Amino acid sequence: MKKEDLPQEPGALSRLTRELCYVKNEEGKYETALSKGWDVKKDALDSAWDNVNDRVEEARKAVAKGEKSPVYYFMELRLMDLPVLSGYTGFFTFFIKRHFKPSVFKNLSDRKLEKYAAAFDVTVDELKNFKG
Amino acid sequence: MDTDLQTEEFNHVQTAHCENGVTTALLRYHGLDFMTEPLAFGMGSGLFYIQIPFLTINNGPAISFRTMPGAIFKRTCKSLGVEVFRKKFSDPGKAQSFLNQKINDGVPVGCQVGVFHLTYFPKEYRFHFNAHNLIVYGRDDDNYLISDPIMEDVTTLSPEELSRVRFAQGPLAPKGHIYFPEKVGIITDELIRKGIVKGIKRNVRDMLNIPGSFAGVDGIRHTSNQIRKWRDKMGLKKASLYLGQIVRMQEEIGTGGGGFRFLYAAFLEESAAWLQDDRLMNISEDFTKAGDLWRASAIKMAGVYKGRLTEQKDFEEIADMLLNIRSVEKEAFQKLGKLNLGK
Repeated sequence: MKKEDLPQEPGALSRLTRELCYVKNEEGKYETALSKGWDVKKDALDSAWDNVNDRVEEARKAVAKGEKSPVYYFMELRLMDLPVLSGYTGFFTFFIKRHFKPSVFKNLSDRKLEKYAAAFDVTVDELKNFKG
Repeated sequence: MDTDLQTEEFNHVQTAHCENGVTTALLRYHGLDFMTEPLAFGMGSGLFYIQIPFLTINNGPAISFRTMPGAIFKRTCKSLGVEVFRKKFSDPGKAQSFLNQKINDGVPVGCQVGVFHLTYFPKEYRFHFNAHNLIVYGRDDDNYLISDPIMEDVTTLSPEELSRVRFAQGPLAPKGHIYFPEKVGIITDELIRKGIVKGIKRNVRDMLNIPGSFAGVDGIRHTSNQIRKWRDKMGLKKASLYLGQIVRMQEEIGTGGGGFRFLYAAFLEESAAWLQDDRLMNISEDFTKAGDLWRASAIKMAGVYKGRLTEQKDFEEIADMLLNIRSVEKEAFQKLGKLNLGK
């Protein structure tokens, strides 16, 4: 990539910093240059976030319909998957899947709810009373 | 400020990639003024390609354009005979007091962190990625002084903020991982040249001779084959997302552009000077070409996830572009392998 071809199209990252890239200067030698961003990767990030938002909305609907427990919704809201949630709570993924069931969730102990609440950065009340 | 506890000589270094940056800045702090990001990357045999089978990350394919986390720091230090101290913790309190002790001693240290709770990152970038690296180089009354290599300037984190990211959970959980060069011997130009040669040879091996079809240059062909099937197998929407994930792994912050290929080309250019060998300049050109081709494929993929390109033939064209990249990289590494650079 030539230095003059380095895109300067601001994305979310440009609020924090410009990023360092390796480009060829006029003499055909490598040097570093700072880029504000590139629309090609901004669009990729945007589409990843559209997908996240779709998943959160689907999870919300599933809770509202009584198909899934709030654990499932907050997992999606916090961009987690089973291995990540397992890491934060210490629960095996097998049990977490069970806790997605509203009937199982309803009988969870306070101690378990507290672990989920801490992992999701919400209060136990917010977790328990989330209706979708 | 007199109260500031800070090592006087530490200089922030901005780099494309965090681990290269920590390696470069810490080694420079210990007197290795010649160290640059491309040199750290190349000596550590940083260039790679892998699509890990049956694994998805953030609901997309698990693809990496570089070697495994931690390897660059480890290999580059080892090549130069630099002894490294590293430690992980189960108790955040102990992790913090160990850090405080090092900072009190005036030793800047590398820390592995997760980015999900990294407060200074823009929200859009805060996924559960646990292999980010930064340097803690001092402390004032309330905060730790942080040198994050991807940033133009230094920043700060409160003790709570730092502890939280050092104890992020999930895959590759950092567990308070702290590391720094402990003992640096005499580094001769001969040692540096040997390190460069070793880095190149190991990279040739990793890209050409790694067993299986998921990694090295053959890994690119594996992804190419997958791309041909994605549209039929999972529908246009999900297939588009998958392409978006490839582009992010390839072009996002940390790569230096073109999936680290420009960075590797810069390394070969520097190596040509160290080894007084112009043949490396020519091969550097091949990697520049590979980087440009990766970026061209990203533009094509963007056409898909922006909804402009929707046909199977578009996926076929993208797959063909990747096959072409594979042959360019394969040939370039074969040339590197035949150079007979010495032991």
